[in-house]
Amino acid sequence: MTPTRRPATQTRPWTVGQVRNVLLQAVILGVVLAGAVWLARNTIANLDARGIASGWGFLKRPGYFPISQSVAPYSPSDPIAWAFVVGLANTLFMSVLIVVLSTILGFVLALARRSSNVLASGLGAVVVDVLRNTPVIVQLLFWYSLVTVGLPDIHRALHPLPGVFLTDRGVYLPSISITGAPWATALVALALIVGSGLALSSLFAAEPGPRWRRRTAGLVIAGAAAVIWRAAGVTASPDLPHLERMNFTAGLQVSPEFAAMALGLVLYSSVYVGEIIRGGIEAVPKGQWEAARALGLSGAQTLRLVVLPQALRIIIPPLTSQYISTVKNTTLALVVGYPDISFVAAATISETGQAVECVLILMAVFLSISLAAAWAMNVLNRRFALQTR
Amino acid sequence: MSAPLPIEAFVQSQPVPARDAPERARVPLWRTLFGDALSSVITVTVLAGVAAVAPKLLSWGVARAVWSGQGAACRGAGACWAFLRAKAPFILFGIYPPEQRWRPAAVVIAFVLLTLWTLPPARWTRRTLALWACAVVVALVLMSGGILGLAPVPTSAWGGLPVTVLLTILSLSIGFPLAVALALGRRSQMRGFRWLSIGIIEIVRGLPLVTILFIAAILLPLMLPDGVKLDNLARALAALTLFCAAYLAEVLRGGLQGIPAGQSEAGRALGLTWWQTMRLIVLPQAIGKTIPALTNTVVVVVKNTSLVLLIGLFDLLSAGRAALADPKWPAPYMETYGFVALIYFVICFSISRYALWLERRPAFGASS
Repeated sequence: MTPTRRPATQTRPWTVGQVRNVLLQAVILGVVLAGAVWLARNTIANLDARGIASGWGFLKRPGYFPISQSVAPYSPSDPIAWAFVVGLANTLFMSVLIVVLSTILGFVLALARRSSNVLASGLGAVVVDVLRNTPVIVQLLFWYSLVTVGLPDIHRALHPLPGVFLTDRGVYLPSISITGAPWATALVALALIVGSGLALSSLFAAEPGPRWRRRTAGLVIAGAAAVIWRAAGVTASPDLPHLERMNFTAGLQVSPEFAAMALGLVLYSSVYVGEIIRGGIEAVPKGQWEAARALGLSGAQTLRLVVLPQALRIIIPPLTSQYISTVKNTTLALVVGYPDISFVAAATISETGQAVECVLILMAVFLSISLAAAWAMNVLNRRFALQTR
Repeated sequence: MSAPLPIEAFVQSQPVPARDAPERARVPLWRTLFGDALSSVITVTVLAGVAAVAPKLLSWGVARAVWSGQGAACRGAGACWAFLRAKAPFILFGIYPPEQRWRPAAVVIAFVLLTLWTLPPARWTRRTLALWACAVVVALVLMSGGILGLAPVPTSAWGGLPVTVLLTILSLSIGFPLAVALALGRRSQMRGFRWLSIGIIEIVRGLPLVTILFIAAILLPLMLPDGVKLDNLARALAALTLFCAAYLAEVLRGGLQGIPAGQSEAGRALGLTWWQTMRLIVLPQAIGKTIPALTNTVVVVVKNTSLVLLIGLFDLLSAGRAALADPKWPAPYMETYGFVALIYFVICFSISRYALWLERRPAFGASS
C-alpha cells in the first residue's frame, strides 16, 4: 500500500467508534487517576492526624534496632538509610547463594529424575511432589524447628564430615583464613571467578579451537593469580571450627536462622529449577541423542555438547522467572528472623511510623531487581537463541 | 493389454484393526540398580542413607513416641502425637468458639464435596457456577452468624482451615473476572487500557506477595478516609485478589495468544461487536485451552494464603503456631508443622494431579 498524501484542508473525520473508544479510555483513566488522588489525599490527612511528617528526613536518623547478622558492618546507631543498604546486601547475598546452589542441585535433581536407576528417579519424583505441594513458609518453619530443636546441643554436636559441626546454635563449617593486602585478595578472587567461568564455558565448546583458547586463557589467568598471590605475600590457611569450653570458635559460623532459611529456600527453588531443566532436556528431540551416539559420542559428551546447548534455549526464559521469584521468596526470611530488607522496612515502620516511605523503598528495590534480572536474562537469551538468517 | 487393476489393489477398503503397542523393554530390577558403576554408587548411597536415618526416625516417631496423655507425658520422649490429638480441632478451626465448631466444619466439608462434584468437565455449567455462588454466600453467613438464631462470630475469631479455604475461593473468584479484564486490556488496541493493564500486572508480579500484604495491612488503613474500618480478613483478601488477578491474567494472555486472529476476524465478519466476539468466540476458547494451567495456579494460590501469617491473620499455619504457644505442652514444632504441611499437601497434590489429568484429555490440547 502506498501512502497517499491527503490535501491539508481535508482531515479525515473520526468514526463514531474511535470517538467512543477515546471517551471510554478517558473515562476509565480518569476514574483510576481520581481514585489515586483520593487515596493520596486520605493518606496525607491520616498522616497529619497521627502527627507523622512525611518526607525522607527519617533516613538520616539512627534506627536503634539491631540487625543480628549482616554481610556489611552495622551498628544500631547507624542511620536508617544504612540499615536499608545492609538489609538489601543481606537480601542480595541470600539470593545469589540460593540461585547458585539451587541451580547446581536442580541440575542434579533433573538428572536423577531422568536416570534409569529406579531408586534415583523415584526419590527425585517424591522430593519434587512433596516440596512443590506444600507452602514454602511451612517448609521454612519446619527446617527452622529441625535446626533449633532437632539438632543436639554443642557438646553433642553432629559431626558428619571433618570440620563440619551441626548444633542447635547453628552450623559450623571449615573456612580458609586469608591474610594479606585486600586488593590482592580481591584480585585473586576475581581471577578465580573469571577462570572457573572460562573453564566451565570451555566444557560447552564443541570445536577444539574455541575450547583450547578458553582453556589457555583460564590457565594464563590462574598463573597471573598465583604470581599476584606470591608477590603480595597473601597467605591462606585452613580454619577449622573447634570446641572451646562453652562454644565453637574459628571457622565459618552460620546462625540457625540463616541455615534454615538457606536450606529451605535452596531445596524449594531447586525443585522448580530441576523441573525446568528436565523439561528443557526432554524437549530436545530424541533424534539428537541418537545422532550423537551414531557419531560415537559418549552419554556425558552428548549431554554437554549436543543436548544442553539446545535445551538452554528452552530453559532460559522460565529459569529467569524462577530466579526472580527466588529473590522475591527471600522476603519470607521475616518468618524465621533473618534480617533482610523487608525486616529492615518492618523494623523502621514500627520505630518511626513512616510506612508510606518504607513501602515505596521496598517497591522500588524489588521492581528494579525484577527488571534488571529480566534484562540480564534477555541478553543471555539472545546469545543462546537459534542463529537464523 | 491387461484389464486395469481394481481400485482395491491400491486403496485399503477395509478398516485395519489397531495393532497393540509394542511391549516395553523390561529391564530387570538388579540391572536398573547396579547396571553401571555410577548407578551402583547411587544405589549404595541411597540405601546407606536410608539405613542411617530410618532407625532414628522409627525410634523417634514410633517406638519412643507418645500417642496419648497430657503435656507432661511428652517431656523427654520422642514424637508427641498426643499433642496433635489434643490440638487438632484448634489447629483446624482456630479460636472459633469451640461449641460452634460444627459451623466451620460444615463449611469445609461442603466446599470439599462441592469441589469433588464439580471435577468432571461435564458438570461445568452455569448451574454449577450459580451453586458455587450460593455456597460462598451460605458459607459466609454460616461463619459469621447473627441471623437464624446463629450466634454472631466476628471475623477476628475465624481461624484455621476454613480461613485458608475461604481466602482461596474468594480471591480466585473475585480475581478471575479482574484477570479476564486485565488480559483483554493487555492485548487491547487502545493504548490507555493496554498501559494500565501492563502497569498493574507488572507491578504486582514484580513485587513479593509479602510486600503486597504489607501494603494491604499497613497502607490500606491509611489510605481510607477516617472512620472507614476495613476488616483484617478483607485487607488480606484484597492483597490476595490483586495477586491472583495479575498471575491469572498472564496465564490467560497465553491462552489468548494461542487463538488464531482468524477467529475474531470471522466474528467481526459475522457482524458481532467486539464484546460479542470476545464473549462468544475468543474467551471460551482461550479459557478452555488454559484450564490445566489455571488449575496449577490454584495450587500457587492455596500455598500463598499461608503468607497471611505475616500480617497476623489466623489461617491454618498461624493456628498451628498458636497451638504451639500453649505452656502446658512442650511445643512439638516438627510434628505440628508436619501436620500442617500434610493438610496443605493433600489439598495441593490432589489439585495438581487433577490438572495433570485434565491436561491429558484431548479437549485441553493433549496430542492424541
